[in-house]
Amino acid sequence: MSVNIEVAKVMDLKGLACPMPVVKVSKGIKEVEVGEIIEAISTDPGSLTDFPAWARTSGNEIVDTQQSEEEIKFYIKRLA
Amino acid sequence: MEELEKQMELLKAQIDATGNRMPDNKVSLIVFSGDLDKALAAFVIATGAVAMGMDVVMFFTFWGTPLLRDKNKKVGGKDTMSKMFGAMLPTGAKEAKLSKMNMGGMGTMMMKSLMEKKNVSSLEGFIELAEELGVRIFICEMSMDLMGFKREEMIDYEHKTYGGVAGFLEEAANSKIQLFI
Repeated sequence: MSVNIEVAKVMDLKGLACPMPVVKVSKGIKEVEVGEIIEAISTDPGSLTDFPAWARTSGNEIVDTQQSEEEIKFYIKRLA
Repeated sequence: MEELEKQMELLKAQIDATGNRMPDNKVSLIVFSGDLDKALAAFVIATGAVAMGMDVVMFFTFWGTPLLRDKNKKVGGKDTMSKMFGAMLPTGAKEAKLSKMNMGGMGTMMMKSLMEKKNVSSLEGFIELAEELGVRIFICEMSMDLMGFKREEMIDYEHKTYGGVAGFLEEAANSKIQLFI
């Protein structure tokens, strides 16, 4: 948690409902270079299962997930 | 040596044939229903599949076809039966009703306001998003003909084609996922 992750791009997906968080992230990740990390902030509880499923299928990596009461932060490394 | 070459060739042909049998990373959806809730489910899957890196094609047939009519496009020259069908069926996605708890339109209205509150896109919004994402739409020619719809009254949609069952089957046979909604 205390490890600093260098983020190339932050995506605010708060308030968005299924399937928008993954739709937006799949587009947004193309805007950073391979190897860079994006931070995606979602309030959709479905994201907790959707983001890992999306990452596995699209060949990207979730390096960290931080969940608080209000939001979920995903740190996703572009690999594909 | 010659024998070996022959076997190699045979093996190569077999590998090629296997490659052809592998389905594409594609989803084929049949949108048979014109109900709001079912069409929404179809579009959530379609747009989600694009996010997963899949190619998506949606086949609109029967009650699904009127969802793609454009309210602002009027066409003349229809016979009485076609006019009747035209008047009774929804003119576009905006007029679609819930399959359950419609309650004379009250239920659908309540669901729509809930969707707005919860930030769930409208069906019209989903169609626009699908177009932006490159989801292909294939409209059944026979349904159009049966219900008396003309091509000129369908919505503008960049990746739209018309066709029959063979077109669908070709796509479905090469898809990993096929769904009937």
